[in-house]
Amino acid sequence: MVSPILELSYINKSFGHVQANKDISLTINKGTIHGIIGENGAGKSTLMSIVYGFYQADSGSIKINGNELRLKSPRDSIINGIGMVHQHFMLVENFSVLENIILGFEGEVVFGKKLKEAKKNLINLCETYKLNIDLDSIISDLSVGFRQRVEILKALYRGAEILILDEPTGVLTPQEVDELFKILRSLQQEGKTIVLITHKLNEIMDLTSDVTVMRQGEVVGHKKTQSTNKEELAEMMVGRNVLLRINKSQSKKGDVIFRVNNLQVKDDLDVMRVKNVNFEIHEGEILGLAGVTGNGQTELLEALSGIRKIESGEIQLFNETISNQNNFLNPKELKEKGLAHVPEDRQRMGLITNFKANENLIFGYHHQRPFSKASILVEKKIYEHSKKIMSDYDVRPQSPDLITSNFSGGNQQKIILSRELNKNPKVLLVGQPTRGIDIGAIEFIHQRLIDMRNKGVAILLVSVELEEVLSLSDRIVVMFDGKIVGEKINQDVTEREIGLLMAGIA
Amino acid sequence: MSTLVDKSKVPWWVANVIVPLVNLIVALIVSGLFIYIAGANPFKAVQLIIYGSFGYIEGFAYTLYYTTNFIFTGLAFAVAFHCRLFNIGGEGQAYLGGLGVFLIAINFSFLPVPIVWLLAIIASALFGAAWAFIPAYLQAYRGSHVVITTIMFNFIASSLMVFLLVDVIRDTNQMGPQTASLIKEQWFPMLKDIGLLFGIKIRYSPLNISFFLAILALFFVWFLIWRTKWGYEMRAVGHNTRAAVYAGISPHKNIIIAMLISGALAGMLGVNEVLGVHHRVIVNFPAGYGFTGIAVALMGRNHPIGIFLAAFLFGILYQGGSEVTFDMPKITRYMFVAVQGVIILFSGALENLFRPQIESFFVKRLNNAKVA
Repeated sequence: MVSPILELSYINKSFGHVQANKDISLTINKGTIHGIIGENGAGKSTLMSIVYGFYQADSGSIKINGNELRLKSPRDSIINGIGMVHQHFMLVENFSVLENIILGFEGEVVFGKKLKEAKKNLINLCETYKLNIDLDSIISDLSVGFRQRVEILKALYRGAEILILDEPTGVLTPQEVDELFKILRSLQQEGKTIVLITHKLNEIMDLTSDVTVMRQGEVVGHKKTQSTNKEELAEMMVGRNVLLRINKSQSKKGDVIFRVNNLQVKDDLDVMRVKNVNFEIHEGEILGLAGVTGNGQTELLEALSGIRKIESGEIQLFNETISNQNNFLNPKELKEKGLAHVPEDRQRMGLITNFKANENLIFGYHHQRPFSKASILVEKKIYEHSKKIMSDYDVRPQSPDLITSNFSGGNQQKIILSRELNKNPKVLLVGQPTRGIDIGAIEFIHQRLIDMRNKGVAILLVSVELEEVLSLSDRIVVMFDGKIVGEKINQDVTEREIGLLMAGIA
Repeated sequence: MSTLVDKSKVPWWVANVIVPLVNLIVALIVSGLFIYIAGANPFKAVQLIIYGSFGYIEGFAYTLYYTTNFIFTGLAFAVAFHCRLFNIGGEGQAYLGGLGVFLIAINFSFLPVPIVWLLAIIASALFGAAWAFIPAYLQAYRGSHVVITTIMFNFIASSLMVFLLVDVIRDTNQMGPQTASLIKEQWFPMLKDIGLLFGIKIRYSPLNISFFLAILALFFVWFLIWRTKWGYEMRAVGHNTRAAVYAGISPHKNIIIAMLISGALAGMLGVNEVLGVHHRVIVNFPAGYGFTGIAVALMGRNHPIGIFLAAFLFGILYQGGSEVTFDMPKITRYMFVAVQGVIILFSGALENLFRPQIESFFVKRLNNAKVA
């Protein structure tokens, strides 16, 4: 028997001139896992923030178990059985799990008999849902996957019947994703309702029973997961046919322009993370570097771009040799020579999120002409450049004065990419170019990378998305535990082969 | 009551004018209560403050004189803060700046006066910057926290200056720890001198042409921070050091540049005090302006316009406050330190206390107006 637990009708919400939600109606049945899928900026998170009481809708109604409610704050929502696990966790790092869960919970006592009761309840919850959390461990000691479980436990403890998860797998390793899915299924079996916000089609197919697709603030369709497929959903999301595999011509390989010999690099804790790495990249070639996160790719990219010291070995680039002897060419000089770098962590490295968009569009090139003359910034040129580049790369909204944190992830990435590609680099280092961004933007970014390759740029593509590496690269190397464990020409390799190499098995 | 206001709908004048104004008014009401509890009439106090700082020309001149000092020290703090450095060494840097002014003026008295002035201004900046350099270096390359080192350097500056004023540069014709007076030609023109030029008789006040130097400094800092490569790089380092390194911006270099400029601005307080007012170096002439500058900068949100307004407000409080303590014996000087404290509390630490309510009030009002 299906009974609706959450009914939204004609929800509208606008921010300034942007209408984030337009007449959204949606029914979620009790005991289901309901997926909400859409590109970044489609209005998924806004909608769920309205359900969670963070925002108030401009119009429309929300019914929970058939009763119409006005949710004025998250507290109202919690009382009505709604729990939310945010993309960025809301935990106090140096508190224990128990303290974090009790923190701010109305009517809770933090000592004595009540604390013991609370602990007992929590242990029961952990057992029921196989969360496997030690309540006394300190948050900062826990991995990202476990922190997420703490958030889930917190929501359950507060009586959540409907659990909303916003892009829950964005920060998890594949193993952690499997564990999370197990937990979500057991929650469903116990009668909880789960709303999963995501833009990953695989997750929708794996986990959900119903799916709602959103595009540009509107619902474009509801589907039973069984009666749809990835291609159809992707098309609904983007509003046109999507190439899941990109069409690319044969590469016109030129000379070797970038060579790495026996490179060794340590991380901040003095642990060797890149071990005797050798590879070379030709002009007009994309070398894909596959691997599970944390196998030295980050340190490698940082060393190649001049941010991190080289321990031993050398890099040959632009007819010069960089080694620990002349350690090290700094990022500024490398940029001037024609090396561009799209870093893995766009918010913490690629951008200054509280700068304006126009300031970020010159970041790293701000000292060069025409952006500055005699150390004075030339506002007019910077604006002309920003306007042009924002329209070329379709950055939305096209307002150079907007603070960068107000742009969606995909648009932030476009800001970085446009900046790095604009100066016609000879070598391009790209880390996780499409992490956490929507299909439309992914397609756009992939096409730009292929264009650069066809223009003769040597590209190193580091990505944990195997599909991305396979669809873009001409050649693939796999990194495991700091070493290159395999090299394949893209045409004669299967996903399975690469997967085994990534796991360190083959 | 709604808990979160959609920031994009809040007009700028609500966020940047109404909210600070409400904070200020609340602070004044609380201060009024203090004064009432102390047994005096708060309305009379307000009257006296306004009269003392605006009511007659010398009073207003005093207000602007204090404003001058607060602009220098406020800007000094703000520049460092844009690079996320807490320079609380303004006091010591100002002290050394004054020494620089004096040394130039006394040793180059044979040069034409305008050139001496120019050299003295440069010297004040250089001495202030030099005093900031060691903490800056230690922060940039050794990671010693600049809060600790600058406050230590305040003490060192104080001891050094006492030593110099007692044993080295003291005017041997008198007993006090102070230098000889500069020759009269070198004194900065004061308001009363300028008044005489126009045939207006004004009584003494310490306001002098350093005020214009302070106004120039406001423009300079605005230009530096938002219109030059250095300001851009300092802000980048301040916001996100990792990203700065990625973009080829050196955090070490920018920490040092920011601290040097900060020290230079603080040092310029010495121009106002030595060339403008005392015409010699006296013991402890920075008199706490360096510390109040921190509050001025925070209240002014580290923007030159805000700093000007905050400096002016503190000028009013200093001048009006001394008028009040003079006329109302129940209110002591310390009472006014408390009043300043309350203002800093409401506009600094409790800045966001009323913000959500005020903003949602205006957003609703404006929405209704649009609908109607």
